[in-house]
Amino acid sequence: MDAAIACEGLEKTYKNGVKALEGVSFKVRPGEIFGLLGPNGAGKSTTVRILATLTRPDGGTASVAGCDVIGNPAGVRLRIGLVAQASGVDKWATGRENLTLQAHLMRVPAGEIPSRVKTLLQWVDLTGPADRIVKTYSGGMKRRLDLAMGLVNEPTVLFLDEPTTGLDPETRAALWRDLKRLRQERNLTVLLTTHYLEEADHLCDRLAIVDHGKVVVEGTPAELKARISGDTVTLEVGGESARAAALLKPLPGVLETIADGSRAIVRADRGASAMPLLITTLERAGITVSSSTLSRPTLDDVYLHHTGRRFQGEGEAGSEPAA
Amino acid sequence: MKAFLSDTWFILLRHLRTTVRIPIWIAITLIQPVIWLTIYGQLFRRVVEIPGFGSASYIQFLTPGVVIMTALFGSAWSGMGIIEDLTDGVMDRMLATPVHRAALMSARVLHAAITVAVQSVIILLFGMLLGARIAGGLPGFLAILSLGSLLGAGMSALSNGLALITRREETLIAVINFFGLPLTFLSTAFMASDLMPGWIRALARANPVNWAVVASRDAMLGQDWLGVAKAAAMLLGFMLVSVWISTQAFRAYRRAS
Ligand SMILES: Nc1ncnc2c1ncn2[C@@H]1O[C@H](COP(=O)(O)OP(=O)(O)OP(=O)(O)O)[C@@H](O)[C@H]1O
Ligand SMILES: [Mg+2]
Repeated sequence: MDAAIACEGLEKTYKNGVKALEGVSFKVRPGEIFGLLGPNGAGKSTTVRILATLTRPDGGTASVAGCDVIGNPAGVRLRIGLVAQASGVDKWATGRENLTLQAHLMRVPAGEIPSRVKTLLQWVDLTGPADRIVKTYSGGMKRRLDLAMGLVNEPTVLFLDEPTTGLDPETRAALWRDLKRLRQERNLTVLLTTHYLEEADHLCDRLAIVDHGKVVVEGTPAELKARISGDTVTLEVGGESARAAALLKPLPGVLETIADGSRAIVRADRGASAMPLLITTLERAGITVSSSTLSRPTLDDVYLHHTGRRFQGEGEAGSEPAA
Repeated sequence: MKAFLSDTWFILLRHLRTTVRIPIWIAITLIQPVIWLTIYGQLFRRVVEIPGFGSASYIQFLTPGVVIMTALFGSAWSGMGIIEDLTDGVMDRMLATPVHRAALMSARVLHAAITVAVQSVIILLFGMLLGARIAGGLPGFLAILSLGSLLGAGMSALSNGLALITRREETLIAVINFFGLPLTFLSTAFMASDLMPGWIRALARANPVNWAVVASRDAMLGQDWLGVAKAAAMLLGFMLVSVWISTQAFRAYRRAS
């Protein structure tokens, strides 16, 4: 089999006129963990929903696990697991009942269901509360149940739309471990969207950054970091970041400047030697630099470079995602 | 077909389980009819003395009406469950599985029919306690349950269809409040047909709620079995049309999402 997921020129305009996708293309190889990153509203969930056959694209083609999403949606559904951004567990049923129903609907042979459900409950550490109704679960417990439900049919392709939002660091690390294990043991292909760059860096073999309904860049985390040259100098300048960015842009050795809130972010060839010039230029223009840092490009800089925005997920680890 | 039946069964179990776990819901839908039977039964006891009312005991007259009215209101709320599933993401999760699409609707309609049947048994027994006599015997009893269930199934299908199109609880609540009472009062649930103004009688004839009320009353009295069968057939037709409408609404929903 060639690609586990292949999409080409996906377009989607919602009924209210919102153009969510304007030609999304990427390929995911079997056994790969592939990340979709992008700001709120970039079109990540829409892409996942199209690939999971929940909504039809207006243009372009896509196939998942060898089945065309439009020509053979039933084939796709049998072979995928989906953990959507909005939970999707039945809150009036117990964890075990949720899993059992999902297994029936996923065409798991009836004889295998009890044992498979038991194993999954153990795997997500919900054996204790398995027979309590989900309404009494915490957010993290619900998310773990979601995950187990996505795996009940032993899918070949797993879609995870912001799977770790709302999970505590420990559970998140456990999930990363388990995803890597699943990939190794069963050659599971994973497409995941995330708002944590650290997660993408650690977990994804390859990733694509999506913005305004298009893939703006694609590659391994290392490739993407290597592709932006120079060092990053971050200058804390209070309210003057826009003026600072404009002032610094024409200086020699400066590749790019971005105003980001109270900070001016400068990418420069040799950051360490450029720093004094940057600071004196600003001081001379009456802008006080209260702090400055120098770093090698991180995924954060890659993101910033391609979307012009600092990653929004970073500071809001605990907040609920917008639906 | 096998997938349709087994999916319907498992999803039906889910709905029944939910109902049993929210007993307050059952209590609320039963308290109302009990109040009607006791209070209206007392209040209007002497209505039967009006010349032309044509029934000997008001509680006997009222009980089938209350059964059908409960069937109407109980199942009209059915769509709220769908809206809850839409907001919780349960619908999406199911649609991403190979589940037979029609089973998602049929399970809800069946669930409404079963709920109505159980409620009807309780109301009939309570009516008997207050002095209503089921002259139609067991066949009459079962006929009333069937008529109520058919009406309930049809109404729940309409409610589900409306829920899928509007996707808003407020709209559903408004529509039920707007149509619920007129549907009841444009029927002989509370008042004998001979005492109704002509135009109401004409409207009542086109009202499925009234078909069910009239036929239930006949089944109660053990009379006009042919009319009962005819009403059952008409209610079956009403249910099929409603189910068809709800499947169209489901299609529209899936296209729009
Ligand atoms: N059902 C819908 N109807 C109309 N517009 C929608 C719908 N779903 C999404 N959109 C719009 O489409 C665009 C892309 O949304 P999408 O949910 O795919 O973004 P996302 O990248 O997943 O964002 P987030 O990080 O916030 O989850 C947004 O502008 C959104 O408002
Ligand atoms: Mg999203």
